[in-house]
Amino acid sequence: MSRDTALARIRAQVMWNRLIAVVEEQAQTLVRTAFSASVREAGDLSAGVFDLEGRMLAQAVTGTPGHVNSMAAAVGHFLARYPVAQMRAGDHYLTNDPWLGTGHLHDFTLVSPTFHGERPVALFASTVHVVDIGGRGFGPDGRQVYEEGLCVPIMPLARGGQANADLLAIVRANVREPVQVEGDLFSLMACNDKGSERLCEMMKEFRIDSVEALADHIFAHSSAATLDEIGKLPFGTYCNSVIVDGYDHPVELVGALTISKDGIHVDYTGTSPVSSFGINVPMLYTTAYTAFGVKCLVAPAIPNNAGSLAPITVSAPEGSILNAPRPCAVAIRHVIGHVLPDVVFGCLHQALPNGAPAEGASALWVPQLRGGHGVSDTAAGGTPFNVLSFHAGGTGARPNKDGLSATAFPSGVKSVPVEIVESIAPVVIWRKEYRTDSGGPGRMRGGLGQVMEIESAENAPFSVYAMFERIQHPARGRSGGHDGAPGRVSLVSGQTLRGKGQQTIPAGERLRLELPGGGGFGDPRERDLDAVRDDVRDGLVSKEAAAASYGVIVDPHQLDTSP
Amino acid sequence: MSPKHTIRLAVDIGGTFTDVALDAPRRRVSAKVLTTPKAPERGVMESVAAVTAKAECTLRDIDLIIHGTTLATNSLIERKGAVTALITTEGFRDSVEIGYENRFDQYDIYLEKPQPLVPRRRRYTVPERVSAHGEVLRKLDEDAVHALVPVLEQELVDSVAVGLLHSYANPAHEQRIRDILLEHLPKLQVSLSSEVSPELREYERLSTACANAYVQPMMAGYLDRLDRALRESGFAGQLLLMTSGGGVIGIEAARRFPIRLVESGPAGGAILASRIAVECGLDRVLSFDMGGTTAKICLIDDGQPQSSRSFEVARAYRFLKGSGLPLRIPVIEMVEIGAGGGSIARVDPLQRVLVGPDSAGAVPGPACYGQGGEAATVTDADLALGRIDPQAFAGGSLALDAKAADVAIDASVGKPLALNTQLAALAIGEMVDENMASAARVHAVERGKSLDERTLVAFGGAAPLHATRIADKLGIKLIVVPTGAGVGSAVGMLAAAVAYEVARSLYQRVRDLDPAIVNAHIEAMRQEAYAVVEKNAGGMPLAESRTAYMRYIGQGHEIAVSLEPRALELGDRRGLQEAFEREYRVQFGRIIPDLEAEVLSWAVNVGTQVEQPKPVAPTSTNTTPAPSGTRRAMDPESGDFIEACVFRRERLEAGARIQGPALVVEDETTTVVGRNWNARVNAVGYLILQRLE
Repeated sequence: MSRDTALARIRAQVMWNRLIAVVEEQAQTLVRTAFSASVREAGDLSAGVFDLEGRMLAQAVTGTPGHVNSMAAAVGHFLARYPVAQMRAGDHYLTNDPWLGTGHLHDFTLVSPTFHGERPVALFASTVHVVDIGGRGFGPDGRQVYEEGLCVPIMPLARGGQANADLLAIVRANVREPVQVEGDLFSLMACNDKGSERLCEMMKEFRIDSVEALADHIFAHSSAATLDEIGKLPFGTYCNSVIVDGYDHPVELVGALTISKDGIHVDYTGTSPVSSFGINVPMLYTTAYTAFGVKCLVAPAIPNNAGSLAPITVSAPEGSILNAPRPCAVAIRHVIGHVLPDVVFGCLHQALPNGAPAEGASALWVPQLRGGHGVSDTAAGGTPFNVLSFHAGGTGARPNKDGLSATAFPSGVKSVPVEIVESIAPVVIWRKEYRTDSGGPGRMRGGLGQVMEIESAENAPFSVYAMFERIQHPARGRSGGHDGAPGRVSLVSGQTLRGKGQQTIPAGERLRLELPGGGGFGDPRERDLDAVRDDVRDGLVSKEAAAASYGVIVDPHQLDTSP
Repeated sequence: MSPKHTIRLAVDIGGTFTDVALDAPRRRVSAKVLTTPKAPERGVMESVAAVTAKAECTLRDIDLIIHGTTLATNSLIERKGAVTALITTEGFRDSVEIGYENRFDQYDIYLEKPQPLVPRRRRYTVPERVSAHGEVLRKLDEDAVHALVPVLEQELVDSVAVGLLHSYANPAHEQRIRDILLEHLPKLQVSLSSEVSPELREYERLSTACANAYVQPMMAGYLDRLDRALRESGFAGQLLLMTSGGGVIGIEAARRFPIRLVESGPAGGAILASRIAVECGLDRVLSFDMGGTTAKICLIDDGQPQSSRSFEVARAYRFLKGSGLPLRIPVIEMVEIGAGGGSIARVDPLQRVLVGPDSAGAVPGPACYGQGGEAATVTDADLALGRIDPQAFAGGSLALDAKAADVAIDASVGKPLALNTQLAALAIGEMVDENMASAARVHAVERGKSLDERTLVAFGGAAPLHATRIADKLGIKLIVVPTGAGVGSAVGMLAAAVAYEVARSLYQRVRDLDPAIVNAHIEAMRQEAYAVVEKNAGGMPLAESRTAYMRYIGQGHEIAVSLEPRALELGDRRGLQEAFEREYRVQFGRIIPDLEAEVLSWAVNVGTQVEQPKPVAPTSTNTTPAPSGTRRAMDPESGDFIEACVFRRERLEAGARIQGPALVVEDETTTVVGRNWNARVNAVGYLILQRLE
C-alpha cells in the first residue's frame, strides 16, 4: 500500500470515530436541554448525521432502538419534500407524522442542513419524544390517529435562522404543556446546530470539503463486516410466531427470517390485522425493532449506519398490525414493537449454534397515573397530577446466563425513582420489589418481574391509563425452559383490572401491578443445585417452586447458615 | 496549609506506587515506593522514611501528614469488604439492586448488571414508612427490629447499612433502628443513609450507605494501625485524610464516613492543576492526567475544579457508564477513560484500530519493557514514532526494547491492516489521541462547558507525550507542563484545605419557599460541617459556601446555584428564581420563560482558607538553548518523520525558548513539542507550549 493511501486510511478511521463522537455530542446536547422526562431520564431520543443523499453516516447510541433506522427512513421523506437544492443555511425542517417520522405523534423529528462555507455538505437529524401532543394523551384508547393529537406535516420550523412563528403558535395552542413542548423543539434545533458546528470543525481540521469519500469508506467497511457476520450463519428460512394480549383480543406476530448471502430479511406475512385501538405499528417502527433484534444477536459491535443496516430488510403486509396504514391509531405502538425482538430471537435460535435468549416481558409497563378533576365519575378529586414512569419485568434467560430481573429489554429506558415520583405527585408507592417465582424456571432462570403497589396520598380516586402486555400470554421459555409468570393488574383488595385502557382506582384502594417474568432456558431439572439453593436463600424462588419446578428439596436448616 | 505548619508531608497510595511529597520551608522533596497491598501502612511508613531521609529530617519534625489512598476504592472493586447487611423499608428490599431498570449497553444481550454489595439474603425489611414530606405514614415496628438482632448475629454481620425511604426528610426511624441494634450489639458498625448521604433518590442513597458500611470495618482498622505506627515512630503532628471532594478531613470523620475517601488520588491531581491555573493566571483550564492505565480529564474554571455530587465506582465493564455502583458524595468531577501508556491496541472486524481500555499494566507491561508483553501498547507506539528515547526512559533505569515494540505493533496492527510499522504506530497514536479528545468534548458538553480558549495542564507520565496532538484536535492553543508531574497527586494534596461538605434534600418550590424552614435546615447542616472542620482547622479562618440544587419543576436533573451565606427572607424567592435562571442560561444558553423553579437539595461547604499560590512573575530573560542532540520523530499531520531537537529539561533555564518540532526529555516523561508549537520555560520551571497560528 502506498504511503498516501495508508495515511488516507488512518485519517478515514479517525474521522469515522470523530463522526460518532459528533453525534454523541449532538445527542448529549438534546439530553441536557430537553424537557420531556422520557428524553432526559429515559434517553428516548435519537441523533444522527446523514450525507446529502440521505444515507446515515453515524447515529448516537441512545435509550431507544425504536429509532435505529426509522430516522434514516425519515430523512428520505424530508428530502423528497424539500430537496437539498432548496435548503439554505439556518433552515430546520420538522414533522411528527407517524408515517414519516418515528411511528407516533409524540415524536418530533427535525432535519437540518449543514453548510460548510457556501455549500451544503450534510444533514443532521434528531428526534425527541415530547411530553404532550394534545388529543387523548398518551394511551391506547384512540380509534384513529386524529384522536391522538396534533399532526405537523413536514415543514420548516425555521428558515435562514428565523423560527416559524406561525407553526410554533399552532403547536402551543394544541398541547397541554406548551412551554415544555416549544422548549423541546428549540432543543432539537440546538442539538442539530451543535452537530453542524462540530462537523464543520472536523472538515476544516482534515481539510476536506465533502463527506462523500468518508461515507463510502464507512459504508464499505460496515456493510462488509455485517455481511461477513451474516455469512457465518447457516442460510435458510426460519419461522416463529409470538402471541401477545393486544387490546381487546390477542395479536399474533408471525415472522419468517431468511438468511442469505445478501443479508437477512424478515417478513411478517400471517401477522394479525390492525387493531381498532392505538397499538398499531407503522412500518418504519416495525423495521427499527426488527433490525435491532437482528443486530443484537448477529452484529452487536458494528455501529449503525446505512452500510451496516442495508443488509437487514423487513417487510409486512399492509393492513397488518405491523404495517398499519393511516389513519390507524398508533400512540402506543411500542407495546407491540417491543415484542419484535422476541419474534426475531425465536427465528435466530434455530440458526445460532448456542441458541438465542428465551422470550422476556419485553413490552415496558408504562403506568400513566392521573388525578384531579375528571378522572372519575364521582365529583371528589384530589390535587391534579399526571405522572408517567417506565417499568420493566424480567428478561428472558440467556443460553448461558439467567435473565435480568426488572430490567428493560429491548427498550433501553430508565425508570424514575420512587422518592422523585412521591415528591412531585400525591401518590404513595407502598411496594416495589422482585416478584418471587415470576422468573420462568429453566437450566437458566428467566429474570424476575416486580410488584408495585400504588395509592393516592390524599385518599382521593385516581386513574390509571393501562397499557400492559403479557397478562394473558406470558413470555415463553425455550429449549425446555418454562414460561415466565404472566402479569396481573388488580386492586390490593382483590378485584382484577384490565390490562389496557383507562380505569379508576377508588379512594382508599391500592393499585397493584405485577409485572411479568422472563422465560427460562433449558430444562429446569438440569439447573445447577447451588444456583437453585441460592435462589431459594435469596427468596427469588420459593421452596415450593424449587420442589415443583426444579425437583430440588431445599433443607431449611441448610439455608440458615451462610457459607 | 496553615502558616504555623512548617513541614508538611503528603502520601498518596496508588495501585502500583505510593507517592510521597514533603514541603519543607525552602524546598520540596519527593519519593516513590512500591505499594504494599497486604499492609498498606508499611508502604506509607517506607515512603515517609524515604522522603524524610532525603530531606534530612525525621518524623518528629513533621507537623502535618495528608494521606490519600485507593484502599476504599480497591475494596469495592475487589469486593473485599465486610459482611454487610441492609435494613430497609418493607416493600423495598430490592431498590438497591433494581436501580433504574436499564441496561448500560444497548446491544449486549449477555451483559451482567452490577451486583449490589449486599446480597438479597442479607437485605432485611421492617414495617415503617415516611412520606416525601417527612410525615410518618406508618410507625416503625420496633419488634421487627428486635427480631433482626439474632439474625444479624447468626449471619456474622460486621456492618449494617440502614436505608429507609425518604429518611433524608425524617431520619427518626433510621436513628431508632441504630439505637436498638447497638443496644444489643454494641460492636456493630452502623451506617445510616440519612447521615452518609441524606439526599433524595433511593437507589443512590442506599447504594452509598451500603458502600460506606462495606468499607467501614476495614478502613477503621487501617486508619487505627496507621495512626499507631506513625505515633510509635515519633510523629506528633496531625494526620488528615484526603477526600474525593478535594478537601481533607480528620481521622474521626474519616472513620465514620470512609466512603468519602474514594478516588482521593485523582482529586489531588485536580488540586495541583487548579494551583497551576492560579499561578499562571489561567481562568479556563482543562486538566489532563495520563498515566499507565487511564487518562483523567477535569475542567477547572477560575481556579476551581468542577465538582459534582455523584460518582460511580467499580465499573464492571471498565469505564462504561452505568456498569458500576453509584455513590452520592461530594467529588471533583472528572472523566476517566481507559487510555494510558499501557493501553493495548488491536484491530476490530471493521478494520478499525481500537486502543484500550485493557491495559498491559506494570506486568507484563508494554512489549518494549522486555518483560514478556506481546501486545502493542501506546508506549510501544510512542517509541516507534521516535517520541521516546529508549535509553532515557524512566531516567535510564529501564532500557526499552525497540525491536520488541516493532514486532508487537506489526503483529497487532501492521499486518492486519497492511501498514508498515511506523504507520501502524501512527494509527495507534492517532486513535488514542482521538479517543481522549472525544472524551474531553463529551465531558464538556455534558457539563454545559466549552473547550475553546482553555489551557491544557498536562501531567502524569504519558500526558506530555500526547498533549500537543490532543490540543490540536481540541483547538487548544496553550499547554502547561508543570515540574515534578510524576508525583502530581501528592504534590496537590500538600495544598488541600481542611474542608467538609454537607448536602441534604429539602424540597421547596421557589414560589412557596418557606424561609424559616430552609434557614433551620441550612443551620443544622452548617453546625455539622463546622463541627467536622473546626476540630482540624488549627484555628485558621474558615470560609463557607452554600449551594441550592435546583431545576425547573419536574425536570430530571438539578444544577448547582450558589447562595449568599446569609439567612433567606421572603423577598429572596424572586432572587432565587433569577439566580437559577442565570445559571441555567450559562449552562444551556437559554431559559424557559415563566416556568417556576424548585429546589431539591441544599449544601453547605466549610473549609479553611488556603493561601493562594503567588502568580508566576514573567521571565525577563529570553534565551535559545542548544539542543543536546536530535532525533527523528513522526509528525502526525503529514505522516513524515522529521528531525526534532532534543533537550534535557533539567538543563533548561527560565526564559529558554524552543521551537518545535522538539522533544524535552526528563526522567519521568518526555514533552513532545509539535511542529506547529513552540515552548518556553517560565520562572518556576514549567514548560509553556504555544500553538503557532
